[in-house]
Amino acid sequence: MQKLGEFKLPHFFNYPPYFTLQPVRDTREKQIQLWKELIIDYCKTHKIFVIGIDEEFPLFTNSLIERSLTHEAREAFLSALVSEGRAEWMDKGHRKCLILWHRVQEWADILLQFAKDNGLEDGVVTIEEIRFGTESHGTELHGIDRTILNRALKLLEQKGKLVVFKGTSTDDEGIKFSV
Amino acid sequence: MARNSLLPVKLTDSGRPVLSPNEIECFFLSGVDLLCEDEPNTWFPHLKSGLLILTTHRLIWLPDATASGNASSVPLASISQIFSHKKSLKSVFASPRVRFQVSPSPERGVATSGSRSVVVTAVLRGKGDCDAFVAKFWENWRARAWEEAESGTSSGSNAAAGAASASSGIYSSDGTVRMVGVSGILRKEQEMWESTDKSLQDAFQDLNALMSKAKEMVMLAEKMRLKLLSGPNSQTNATNDEEMGSKEEMQELLLSVGIISPVTKESAGALYHQQLSRQLADFVKVPLERSGGIINLIDIYCLFNRARGTELISPDDLLQACSLWEKFDVPIVLRKFDSGVMVIQNKSQSDEEVFTKIKVLVTKPDALRAGISPSDAAMTLGVAPAMAKEHLLSAESKGILCRDVSPDGFRFYINLFSEIERDDMYLVKDQGIYASWVRAIHAHG
Repeated sequence: MQKLGEFKLPHFFNYPPYFTLQPVRDTREKQIQLWKELIIDYCKTHKIFVIGIDEEFPLFTNSLIERSLTHEAREAFLSALVSEGRAEWMDKGHRKCLILWHRVQEWADILLQFAKDNGLEDGVVTIEEIRFGTESHGTELHGIDRTILNRALKLLEQKGKLVVFKGTSTDDEGIKFSV
Repeated sequence: MARNSLLPVKLTDSGRPVLSPNEIECFFLSGVDLLCEDEPNTWFPHLKSGLLILTTHRLIWLPDATASGNASSVPLASISQIFSHKKSLKSVFASPRVRFQVSPSPERGVATSGSRSVVVTAVLRGKGDCDAFVAKFWENWRARAWEEAESGTSSGSNAAAGAASASSGIYSSDGTVRMVGVSGILRKEQEMWESTDKSLQDAFQDLNALMSKAKEMVMLAEKMRLKLLSGPNSQTNATNDEEMGSKEEMQELLLSVGIISPVTKESAGALYHQQLSRQLADFVKVPLERSGGIINLIDIYCLFNRARGTELISPDDLLQACSLWEKFDVPIVLRKFDSGVMVIQNKSQSDEEVFTKIKVLVTKPDALRAGISPSDAAMTLGVAPAMAKEHLLSAESKGILCRDVSPDGFRFYINLFSEIERDDMYLVKDQGIYASWVRAIHAHG
């Protein structure tokens, strides 16, 4: 079976019509469904948080059968994810798309779990430490996109589970959990 | 006594009268009654509101869909008199009537009670130019076109008989010197050549006359144009307005020249398309069979006009004629594909049959892997590539196929999307078309 890095590709990745946006409604719905799953799976495996619609993205091109998705098709598939709440456009021009293979609520839960696992229920941690520290190493939080992290933090802040306090620079932001 | 003593008329499948050789349809009138006022309820049937067709040989009456009565005809040969159209105050309000006398002529199949002549009245209830009809009626009746046909056949048989009896003599039966041997052939050639030459000369003379007239017309038009152009400059201000008015009028006149009188088109319109539609239905049968039960409208347009020779019809007329088929009981239909392509096809032609063929074609190992192009399908289906593409597109819209657009072109594949499990993208069931496809691409390498 064909692979993209660590990612195992399904058989239909070599099916040429998979790369042409199908005009017939029922067929297109099924096609979009398969693309959504594949994009989410791939991004999760490779920890990809942002897809630039006109940038190189390994999934959107299949060199074996020499097929590539058109801009229209890329936008259609990503829009389908957006409408399901599993992605968000980062700009009005729909050029960058934030992929939420965990929804913001799920990310918030992961954060709380992280705090518990590291005995930080009342402790303080910097955002840098969450993203690149040794504590987060091996967890899904490692390397998390800043935008997504901020959204999860905001959600928890509203619930009173933590307080974000600013340091002297943006790199210096800290979190005080109060779980 | 026979109920209907008029001649029956043979009709084609689409309901057009079968004409004899050399017979030409000259005039159509709808909503015509034929009746005999002298002897109501006797031998002559009362034919109500049908289509009256005047040909060079006959008056044909066809029933409308709603009217009763059988298609009948009166040979012009059996008409002994046409009564002139009386103009009275009454006739202004009533439907126009045309009366003519039919004489008994048993050999032609028109029997009257006893041997008396009867006066038949045609009541023209529909719209239509009654006076033009009467004029044409007279013309055809006087022209005696049927006699030509008869004399043609009879002289033919006479000649054959004569040739048999007088084969040894030097004179043929009609008194001319028979052509014998090489000199005979040469003389015949010479005669033919001379007659061709004469007719050519005649033709060219006509052409010359036309050309000289055309030249005059062009000159006239040119003159008018020049006058219009120079008009404003040469006039004083006082008369300018008036000049402008007449100039506009003139230009309008010039513009309207050459447009077919809309009245004529209007009055002929409905019947014209109806008849055209039926004729087309008869014509289409053969080419339709040859092209596998479905044919492009454009192809039919060409074939039909080629068959018509000089009396060409416009695409619009063709379309109208085709769309009228819905109203008649004809075995063909006009069909519009989603792409806008229009075809004529047999009613019996089923899409299912075509789809089955396409499915078989597209599930062959090579086609599974590389798809099919419209020309591949054209070969299998036995239709033109453009037509095949329409079939493929409609199979696609049914979810049988899906498309692959790439720099290599436009190809169609069997639709695998419906086969793939949504919850497990990696699952390939042992059975089914998805499995066959996976095998096909792996077999290839």
